[in-house]
Amino acid sequence: IGFQRKPNIWKVIFETEFIITVEPLEYYRRFLKENCRPDGRELGEFRTTTVNIGSISTADGSALVKLGNTTVICGIKAEFAAPPTDAPDKGYVVPNVDLPPLCSSRFRSGPPGEEAQVASQFIADVIENSQIIQKEDLCISPGKLAWVLYCDLICLDYDGNILDACTFALLAALKNVQLPEVTISEETALAEVNLKKKSFLNIRTHPVATSFAVFDDTLLIVDPTGEEEHLATGTLTVVMDEEGKLCCLHKPGGSGLTGAKLQDCMSRAVTRHKEVKKLMDEVVKSMKPK
Amino acid sequence: MRTQYAANTQARAFGRKRWSLLHVGSGVMEGAMRSDAKIRGESGTESSPRGPGCSLRHFACEQNLLSRPDGSASFLQGDTSVLAGVYGPAEVKVSKEIFNKATLEVILRPKIGLPGVAEKSRERLIRNTCEAVVLGTLHPRTSITVVLQVISDAGSLLACCLNAACMALVDAGVPMRSLFCGVTCALDSDGTLMLDPTAKQEKEARAVLTFALDSVERKLLMSTTKGLYSDAELQQCLAAAQAASQHVFRFYRESLQRRYSKS
Repeated sequence: IGFQRKPNIWKVIFETEFIITVEPLEYYRRFLKENCRPDGRELGEFRTTTVNIGSISTADGSALVKLGNTTVICGIKAEFAAPPTDAPDKGYVVPNVDLPPLCSSRFRSGPPGEEAQVASQFIADVIENSQIIQKEDLCISPGKLAWVLYCDLICLDYDGNILDACTFALLAALKNVQLPEVTISEETALAEVNLKKKSFLNIRTHPVATSFAVFDDTLLIVDPTGEEEHLATGTLTVVMDEEGKLCCLHKPGGSGLTGAKLQDCMSRAVTRHKEVKKLMDEVVKSMKPK
Repeated sequence: MRTQYAANTQARAFGRKRWSLLHVGSGVMEGAMRSDAKIRGESGTESSPRGPGCSLRHFACEQNLLSRPDGSASFLQGDTSVLAGVYGPAEVKVSKEIFNKATLEVILRPKIGLPGVAEKSRERLIRNTCEAVVLGTLHPRTSITVVLQVISDAGSLLACCLNAACMALVDAGVPMRSLFCGVTCALDSDGTLMLDPTAKQEKEARAVLTFALDSVERKLLMSTTKGLYSDAELQQCLAAAQAASQHVFRFYRESLQRRYSKS
């Protein structure tokens, strides 16, 4: 009666490895039942976010954002262009998201795949909808010369939640951009660039993206990793600015959501905005003395 | 344009008579349906112009009009028209096959120009909506392709594409767990809500929201928005879209009842 069997530790390890490979969804469900996730996070908790700005010296503005393992770097170059004929007092902001084979084995080299194109369109929509910068600020001389900001976002490590990381990287890089003063001389009608006098862009709003993944049609988790995105039955991204206004509600299909669930997502997005704003302010404060 | 759509295309394809079924719906919420024998062959309903009491533009749907695809549908909302064709379940490339479900593919061709990044984004939205609804596990290692061609764009294009895709999937006999429909809402600068906006209304609006709702519980399947709006406005638009979707689903049901009661 006193004899107790020691648990076979190898059997436990084997079973865990087995279930992770063969039934990953079942493995996740066991954690979700306890309201947590395999990496130890709560359902509403974000991964550690770090941001580093001004690292690319050849770019006019740059930022590197890490959301757990997901790493996105944004570089902004400013060039001259003629303003569009239908809006002669506006400049351009051209975003491009690149998912190279470096970041994940699922991407091949060649023309941009669907994921990259969708992300580029998403960032373009966020810039357009949130009015993050007034395009009129980019105009130097109406009808003749305007700035065009090429925003290149490159993912260095893909571990889910690419949209949040890209939005944050873009915001941080735009805050870092310094444009030199340009005057059009009357005699030669050419642009004269004064590199010594640089000014920051006027960032009007701070859009922050919060992504959710839907599991089994009912459970919502925040900031999904690559594995979680693969197992999820749907995703949702909410982009909010500081007044609680929504710039974008991106739900590309997936399981249905009721209005009440959407409301929960909105409140989480509001708290996330505060977290990100605090981080942004710290970063901006640290880069002030130049 | 109405007579063009009222054309009864009866063709002999490989000795088989193919009847294309036209069903025209009115946008009036009270929904008075009168059959009009003037529309050759098939009975359709008189479509009333968009009056102050109704919210959606007049819509019409024609199914089984193409001979090659397994299912096809043309959906007309006001002046916006989209033609959809569905091929499937069919052979799939080994690189794209999924071992336990069907691979869904959506191709959206704009009216003019080559498909660009915006089309790719819309294809992803439509594909994910269809994936949530189609019972892919009944046809593993096959492919279901939905091809959408924009015939004319006069506002609410994405909603029209979704409706056309749904009708085409039904026509092809692809098993689905529910039907879905697309509804567009526009908010103008003083917060007035407009359903199914025209191109002009969309341009002048402060925000344009497109939703895809399912037919069983009116849950939100897909959403894409343009412009700035508040949380309360979102809930308001969602509620209005859910009410409007009821009307679209009723139209689907009548359209299919009409079709299957004949043959």
